[in-house]
Amino acid sequence: MPVTVHIPTPLRPYVGGRHTVATSAGTVGEILERLAADHAQLRAHLYRDDGRLRTFVNVYLNDRDIRDLAREATRAADGDEVSIVPSIAGGAAGPAGAVDVAAAIPELNHAEILRYSRHLILPEVGPGGQRRIKAARVLLVGAGGLGSPAALYLAAAGVGTIGLVDFDAVDATNLQRQILHGTGVVGRPKLESAEARLQDLNPHVHVETFPVRLTSENALEILRDFDVVVDGTDNFPTRYLVNDACVLLGKPNAYGSIFRFEGQASVFHAVAGPCYRCLYSEPPPPGLVPSCAEGGVLGVLPGIIGSIQALETLKLILGAGDTLVGRLVLFDALKFRFRELTLHKDLDCPVCGSHPSVRELIDYEAFCGIGAAPAYEGPEITATDLARDLRENPALELVDVREMREWEICRIPGARLIPLGQLPERLSELDGHKEIVTHCHKGIRSMRALEILRAAGFSKVRSLRGGIEAWATEVDPSVPRY
Amino acid sequence: MRIAPGVLAEIRRHLAAAYPTEGCGLLVGTRGPNGDVVVRRQLPVPNRRAADGGGRTRYLIGPEDFLTAERDARQASLVVVGTYHSHPDVPARPSAYDTEHAWPWCCYLIASVAGGEVQEERVWELRDDRSGFVERELEVKEP
Repeated sequence: MPVTVHIPTPLRPYVGGRHTVATSAGTVGEILERLAADHAQLRAHLYRDDGRLRTFVNVYLNDRDIRDLAREATRAADGDEVSIVPSIAGGAAGPAGAVDVAAAIPELNHAEILRYSRHLILPEVGPGGQRRIKAARVLLVGAGGLGSPAALYLAAAGVGTIGLVDFDAVDATNLQRQILHGTGVVGRPKLESAEARLQDLNPHVHVETFPVRLTSENALEILRDFDVVVDGTDNFPTRYLVNDACVLLGKPNAYGSIFRFEGQASVFHAVAGPCYRCLYSEPPPPGLVPSCAEGGVLGVLPGIIGSIQALETLKLILGAGDTLVGRLVLFDALKFRFRELTLHKDLDCPVCGSHPSVRELIDYEAFCGIGAAPAYEGPEITATDLARDLRENPALELVDVREMREWEICRIPGARLIPLGQLPERLSELDGHKEIVTHCHKGIRSMRALEILRAAGFSKVRSLRGGIEAWATEVDPSVPRY
Repeated sequence: MRIAPGVLAEIRRHLAAAYPTEGCGLLVGTRGPNGDVVVRRQLPVPNRRAADGGGRTRYLIGPEDFLTAERDARQASLVVVGTYHSHPDVPARPSAYDTEHAWPWCCYLIASVAGGEVQEERVWELRDDRSGFVERELEVKEP
């Protein structure tokens, strides 16, 4: 008695309308291969292009799924029954990580229909999609370099509610890239100028402001009511905080970061893929990765990366296309190259893995090694005191440990330039009997220089508190700030 | 594809109630030698993606559900002629995901549902070479 293969309704036309086909014993793999060889049109419906069985083709030996047996190596003996059973999958054009927006989808008024007409005629958006955008609530953490373009495009696109978290005031150094803010609002809170700009751009958008620092105490409360979070933070503690809060709340995080000429973007959504910690399980040691304030950033770069974050946010809301869930995009502006890395969920991830150890928000400053103890310690001198000492002690040696390009922007008269990286090799240029004051831009690197000098036996060393920035504001306004 | 008004009304009720999750089920009836399909009854099936949170944009009819439906249909000398599912807040057109996972010789009735109300139904069938769907006429009439 041969093996009987049961054919499901959708495949019967390919085997002459029969319900069953008789074949000889063998492995299930051999039997299916034989079937596909005898009925050529069947192959495309059973196998993928790479020769593997399609995922929605289920095969049973008698009443057991072969996935619970030896899969395609399962042997079917004479008298056995092999059944091909479809599971039927499908659904609206939704990518991994698409979000649920409010169940009640609002209508569009005439003004909105006109404003969003270029969206409405796109099949992937249409009136239904635009109403989803209107129903959506997006939270931007940071109204700076990344948050500016992201907020502008999301407001223009008609995102119904935009939340903004930021506690900073607009500084003149922000204006080179933070396009939400203008010259007239320098010194005012960022949220004030951001809200005014977004309301002017699109009065249909509701802006909610949170003029606070995001902390472990308030993050869950603030994030809870939003559908998508856009991470535009510039520091590691907040980045880990945003990630962990999103994982705990099941929210997608449209992530971006920038430094000098390079940026990266992804969508971290633990429900559908990896989170930030699957990629970077631990923060770098404090001070190793300079911030944009220390290392600089090309002003256009956040425009590109922040726009990618806005784009991914809209796709998550619309459920359109393929999102960056499970993919990290790296952008090199100087080479003009986009690269893409595949990210995998780390099953041992402490926050989104199968046995998470982080079940609530922690102290992220401590986690990132910040605030515990200053990394470098040493005596400091204020700018005013330094001005006096320089007048009274012409032998005082002032060592500028910044980079040449910073030296070209401004310098303190009488200073000698030895960039921090060259200091260990150039110690012989310094006289250990003299008093030495080190300085940099804001007083961080000069403390490191101090440490190097003291380790080398220099005893009369101090560091200028607040760096040349303090010198420019307290002593000599003719020195430009940067 | 011909379907009785009463059967279509049942499908609408099911998909409206499932909103904002996708609802799904099987269509049971006859398929003539020239491809004419008549739906005699609808069989609501639990969306196996509803539990894992993917039910907003995905549906899955498990093999056990299909097997049971096919056995029951056979008792009545009928066959599974197709499937129905909803697209909450998106048009009643097959998505790329629908195409990738579709079975041949099977009518796919897709209903767009907005705000809990069925907006329209359209019927699609996979091309033999799996290159996409062709739309079929939907005839609402007693068989």
